[in-house]
Amino acid sequence: MKAQLPPETFPGYDPTWSRLVKIPAGDQTGDGSETITLHVLDHCIGPAELTLLCVHGNPSWSYLWRNVIAQARPGVRVVALDQVNMGWSDRIDRPRILTERIGDLDALTDVLAIDTPVVTLAHDWGGPISLGWAQSHVSQLAGVILTNTSVHQPPNAAAPRLITVIRTPGLLGAMTQRTPAFIRGGLRLSSPEPPSEVRHAFLAPYLTPARRAGIRDFVEDIPLEPDHVSFAALQQVEARMPELAHVPALLLWGTKDPVFNELYLRDLEERLPHADVHRFTSASHFVSEDAPVAEAVWAWIESLQDRPEKAPIAPSVATLVPDLSSSGPLVTEWSDGAWKSIAGRDFLDRVYRIARGLVIAGIRPGDRIATMIPPGIDLTAVVYACWQIGTAAVLIDSGLGVRNMHRAARAADPHWLIGIPPAMVASKALGWNGKRIVAGEMDSRLRSALGVSLSLREVELTGEGGPLAVEDEDPLAAILFTSGSTGPSKGVRYRRSQLAAQRDIIAELYQITPSDRLVAAFAPFALYGPAMGLGSVVPQMDVTKPGSLTASALADAAGQIDATIVFASPSALKNVVATADSLTGTQKRALERLRLVMSAGAPIAQELLSSVATLCLGAAVHSPYGMTEVLPVADISLAERVGRGPGPGACVGRPLAGVDVRIDPFKAQTGYSAGEAQGEVLVRAAHQKQAYQRLWWTEQQTRTADGWHRTGDTGWVDREGYLWITGRMHHVISTADGPVTPIPIEHVVEQVPGVERAAAVGVGPADVQVVVVVLELTERSRTSRAATELTKVVRTALREASLAEPAAVLTVTDLPVDKRHNSKVDRSRVGVWAGKVLAGKTRVRL
Amino acid sequence: MGRGVVAKLVARDDAVVTLQRTAGTWPSAVEEYLGSVAQLDLVRRAADRCDAVVHLAAKVGITGPVQEFIEVNVEGTRTVLAAAQAAGVRRFVHISSPSVAHAGQSLVGAPAGRADPSATRGHYSTTKAIAELDALAANSSHFAVAVLRPHLVWGPGDTQLVGRIVERSRQGRLAYVGSGTALVDSTYITNAVEAVVAALDHTVEAAGEPLVVTNGEPRPIGELIDGILAAHGLEPPSLRIPVWIAKGLGWGAERAWSRFDLGGEPPMTVFTAEQLGTAHWFDQRRTRQVLRWQPRISIDEGLTALAVGSL
Repeated sequence: MKAQLPPETFPGYDPTWSRLVKIPAGDQTGDGSETITLHVLDHCIGPAELTLLCVHGNPSWSYLWRNVIAQARPGVRVVALDQVNMGWSDRIDRPRILTERIGDLDALTDVLAIDTPVVTLAHDWGGPISLGWAQSHVSQLAGVILTNTSVHQPPNAAAPRLITVIRTPGLLGAMTQRTPAFIRGGLRLSSPEPPSEVRHAFLAPYLTPARRAGIRDFVEDIPLEPDHVSFAALQQVEARMPELAHVPALLLWGTKDPVFNELYLRDLEERLPHADVHRFTSASHFVSEDAPVAEAVWAWIESLQDRPEKAPIAPSVATLVPDLSSSGPLVTEWSDGAWKSIAGRDFLDRVYRIARGLVIAGIRPGDRIATMIPPGIDLTAVVYACWQIGTAAVLIDSGLGVRNMHRAARAADPHWLIGIPPAMVASKALGWNGKRIVAGEMDSRLRSALGVSLSLREVELTGEGGPLAVEDEDPLAAILFTSGSTGPSKGVRYRRSQLAAQRDIIAELYQITPSDRLVAAFAPFALYGPAMGLGSVVPQMDVTKPGSLTASALADAAGQIDATIVFASPSALKNVVATADSLTGTQKRALERLRLVMSAGAPIAQELLSSVATLCLGAAVHSPYGMTEVLPVADISLAERVGRGPGPGACVGRPLAGVDVRIDPFKAQTGYSAGEAQGEVLVRAAHQKQAYQRLWWTEQQTRTADGWHRTGDTGWVDREGYLWITGRMHHVISTADGPVTPIPIEHVVEQVPGVERAAAVGVGPADVQVVVVVLELTERSRTSRAATELTKVVRTALREASLAEPAAVLTVTDLPVDKRHNSKVDRSRVGVWAGKVLAGKTRVRL
Repeated sequence: MGRGVVAKLVARDDAVVTLQRTAGTWPSAVEEYLGSVAQLDLVRRAADRCDAVVHLAAKVGITGPVQEFIEVNVEGTRTVLAAAQAAGVRRFVHISSPSVAHAGQSLVGAPAGRADPSATRGHYSTTKAIAELDALAANSSHFAVAVLRPHLVWGPGDTQLVGRIVERSRQGRLAYVGSGTALVDSTYITNAVEAVVAALDHTVEAAGEPLVVTNGEPRPIGELIDGILAAHGLEPPSLRIPVWIAKGLGWGAERAWSRFDLGGEPPMTVFTAEQLGTAHWFDQRRTRQVLRWQPRISIDEGLTALAVGSL
């Protein structure tokens, strides 16, 4: 069968891209001819300065790259071939093996006279073929992009087993050639399955068994055994990977792929440690069908132009461990029914011992270490030990909830897990990678069952000596996770210098000196006590539920170290206020001796701050504004907040010295009394994150070319420079009169008697959405339309505040909130629910 | 609505000619013709004196012989169009209904959409759909045809929506269909009247496309009904029937009323059940842009006026 142009049109495919190209056959073909004709998609706008060479895998054809071609930038020629025996190319009546396929690609670029720099792009078994070509054209190579592929079978990988099954005699022919089962099955891996016209397009060149022979041969050509005809060729591609060490690389991965799973991604990351990586966590094997691969590819190619040789790292003399030689208690915790402390001297000694013990255990600078230990002495010591070695602490806190913790662990892909026994069990059950060290007691049988190699105690016992010399000036120091209240939780990478900058700005902001003592009820900041050289205590509470902190527990902790400062989250403070009645005289005095109470992690209501101030009479009450990516950005005291008035929005203070804030205005503006532009809040600071963890595309979309972080928050800046937050970009209600932000509406509605919490959401198509207010009432209520009287009061209140009037007011039993802070309402979910209810659907669950 | 439009036009000293079946109580300046829109001669005589025509006449209702609907809505519209064209009228405003384009499904921020007689439910909607297509087909460079589809018009003195709700409630026969949360658009009478006058003043800009007219304030159907009841000092209904049951009742009632002479209208029809149980609200941007019109009276102000009017 001879090559042909596609006989029909397919969605997203343009017939003008198609051409037939004759290449030398290399060896003889089955019918003795000396050339082979390939079907090639070849498209360029203007003269070519760069070529993107696209190689599909099995079973597929160049149609896979239609979106990449459709979005081609001027000056970039996109060439996507159908491989020999595949797609609309020649069927040569004998199998084509890996070396020949690499040769075909060579021949094609010769015949097409491609002399521009080349970026390769490949999927599936197209990966090794494209890499084979790349390795022999390094001087011409501008970049390498790989999607769900492999050059090597990592231990425990699933593909060999699957392929062995398919290759069972009798089954292979049936699966791959006699029936289209293999193609259909492959497409079914896509999530969600593509529309039927697209499925048809993938199947179109493979409608008869004769046309499918190439699919069968391709499966047979996967070398699993050393005597396989292509074993040596694949091994050579693998062995020559270091030759690509200086070539920019991008790995785009659908993590739901059951064949090329994340073991393969990790294998490639180890071979191309400099690669940019993006994990599409809702995409499967056909990642370009499931995720914006074409968009990411083009953004990356554009980024190649102004890429420095090697990202310059500002030499940093920052250290996170100051002189801690004092003998006073440094970290205090409640454990086993008693207060327990460790002095600064002993703490440092312990940090050094753990660090040296971890090195003996095999931990190396640059490793990622997941720490799953409740806040306290052990956690603090382990994290500082990680920093000693120059490793990154992956802080997966249980406040994320199991689902997000699991996602976080997969995203961070830690080399080591150090955790309490329950965390060891959970991590094993969830199948996390990494060697395990248990912090606590565990019997040996359970240890071997869970694959726990060491205990923290054993690590400490083996480590002897003083501090380690760190090689990297500014290593990756921590990976933290966003709360996931607005989409999946994202890993956020911090270098040591960035953490040091964060510590310094906090110390400066609150004028913290070594004479201060800190109650750390807010997880991330619990770690900063030693770094600021001050004693800290973790109060008795369930760390997974910040709302479990009672007034007595807070006061006891404060009393224990004669604390001057409290860091807590709004939900913790809410419960403190709610349980204040049970305070004894001593406890009350401990709270009154505080000089500063800081509420962080989520927005806090002014009434709650006032109640806290009443409880802690001597304290200034502050709330910083920021996010996991940059914290703090601004700060406001209760007094200032009262002075600024009601809004619209939540006043979060003036940006701190060293922090730049600007507003990227909405395209359409809705009138504000102040007349100031409302839009997305952009931030830039020294203590900003380095990058997101393996989310290159997300990073690209949320960081401007000149380094601003797009916070996703909306707000405006008043004439005196105060920043007001009005909502999230994703929650902006796009009405016919312009964008409407939720927080100003919610603030007004939450003042209505009987309303506990409110969410303002949009219902309807973009640009004609209507505002809907959903209430959680103080008295438990049914899910329905709000009572007539309440609806009237809500409408009147909003009208008087000159805010958008809602189309409907609904009540629910509980508004969904995030796990970590128990306060950020999931407005997107509420919006979807309200949309269904207001369309007339009954029995809709929120 | 007709009365409102006449009053508005007379108030600004337009010379108004009316054609209707029974004598109205008009200001003396109004020249009145009595009869049906199906009578070509009569319509011709009335149209002869006009520069512009507003065509509001229609046979409304949810039951009745199809012939009557065809005669008034389809043939009547053709007659008025023909008479107006023959008389050299340049501007024509045809009043249609949102029900000509949709039936059954939820409408959420929907555009007007093309009339489709085959997709409508009930004789009224089907014949109005045909009439709208005829009116739009007659649009040309020298005969501008604007089509307005006011949605759920209500106000003091309205016997259709307000009258029925109040009457049913007084009889104890009013129930919510479904949860009462379906979001619906409605139009306060004054706004509808002003939209018609605006269409008369901007016929050329508005010509050739259907424009849905509403207050642009969708509300849950239950809230609207409660508001209308409260304006008359009545309590919200205590009865609630699921949509599927209402549809079943409607289906049965429609058949019973068509087979036997039961008098009046059936208490429920499939169309009504759908109208009460699903969302229908519209994208008003295009309408407001081409008519250069904004609703002046909000729903809350309208309800207040209703309460005052019912005293």
